[in-house]
Amino acid sequence: MNLTTALARLLIFPGLLFAIPAAWFFLWVERKSVALMQGRVGPPFMQPFFDFIKLLGKTTPPRSGVGGLLMRAWPLIAVSAAAGAVGLLPVLPSSGGFEGDLILLLALLELPSMCIIAAGFSSRSIFGEIGSAREAVLSVAYNVVFLLAIVSIAAAQHTFRLESLAALPATPMRWLGVLALLVCLPAKLHLNPFSLPNAEQEIYSGPMVEYAGPELAMWELSHGLEWVAATGLVATLAAPYITLWWLAALVFVGIMVAIVLALSTLASATARLAIDTTVRFYWQCTLIFAVLAVSSALFMRLRS
Amino acid sequence: MNLWNKLMCYSRRHSPWLFHMNSGSCNGCDIELVASLTPRYDAEQLGVRLEGSPRHADILCITGPVTHNAVSAIKTVYDQVLGPKAVIAIGSCPATTNVFIDSRTLDGPLNKHIPVDVYVPGCPPRPDAIIQGVAKAAEILAARGNNPPSTEIVIAETPAEVQP
Repeated sequence: MNLTTALARLLIFPGLLFAIPAAWFFLWVERKSVALMQGRVGPPFMQPFFDFIKLLGKTTPPRSGVGGLLMRAWPLIAVSAAAGAVGLLPVLPSSGGFEGDLILLLALLELPSMCIIAAGFSSRSIFGEIGSAREAVLSVAYNVVFLLAIVSIAAAQHTFRLESLAALPATPMRWLGVLALLVCLPAKLHLNPFSLPNAEQEIYSGPMVEYAGPELAMWELSHGLEWVAATGLVATLAAPYITLWWLAALVFVGIMVAIVLALSTLASATARLAIDTTVRFYWQCTLIFAVLAVSSALFMRLRS
Repeated sequence: MNLWNKLMCYSRRHSPWLFHMNSGSCNGCDIELVASLTPRYDAEQLGVRLEGSPRHADILCITGPVTHNAVSAIKTVYDQVLGPKAVIAIGSCPATTNVFIDSRTLDGPLNKHIPVDVYVPGCPPRPDAIIQGVAKAAEILAARGNNPPSTEIVIAETPAEVQP
């Protein structure tokens, strides 16, 4: 990958110029589809954009000292990490050099969640701390499955390079891994039934409770970018390899929208689960499933 | 007015986030406020979102006749909502203390303690009147910007064509 392609990827497609409108679009699709499923009309198309602009125009509470500085920094770190993760997705073909690493993508995807945990604790609000503790417990529970799914895919296809993974034909093992990733997505994106950390009625939005104005706008944006990055990762693994770049991009976006719709349906059809039920779900049900995926992937590797 | 300010005004008018606070209400108005977000009335078409934290909200919706215990909480929450902000008094209680007038447990009406922008009278008001009040408050918010609240009183009434 030369410098121009790298910059084009990071800034245009699938980077910032695509990712920020896509983030707003996905937030709108989520709200609108939930509204339609509840028999409502729902918010207008530009709603997430209006929310973002309005939040930029609000004042923020005075913050002092290192704690205040950290509180201002967390949303910015979360946004840059999520934007970096989106930039790594191999939609456009590159010519040699750095091909996008799955491990780097995972680390960048995990950073916003870490920032949310840190933000809740640095806000010193009791609701923020409860939300952060919930997020930490949830993150440990789903990440085991998430990482095992990634490892099983990488082991079955003998590579951690995103571009090679996208180019290789999908095997049954990869579909099993993609399914495991899909099971983790509602928890990663804080959707019902796993919306514990940001429960708006019980703990007043959890870690976000003390955030206002532009800082809250950054959190909303990072949440939208997480949507793009997480659904983009699944789309990369699930999409068939197409040499025509515009068709590949179209199929990529189509799969992403389909995943967003599926997740919104799940969110509107379910209610929030308690923390122990959620953790039990991930540890008992899906751990078995992921262990099965890894062991069969290793078995396939030994056989070949 | 430059383009950025126009966009900001438009966004403020189309994205009112509410924080609901009960100052000793009988729950009649609280139910009606929640009813305005249900499929029948669907206030989300106007961009309305009921927020969990007063820090996130633009409009503070207060119900109830303001009891002695609620006064300090109202002042705290009003300060926690960051500017530009507006206040809606939902129901007859926060506007006049209603049938509880002269009660020794009350310290109302609401405008004794914080500036109120929109009154939505009724016991309880209909959800369409509450939605109209929110829309008026959002307009006030857009026009005011970061300036301090004015003393002009706005009363939102149930639109004539839907009155029972």
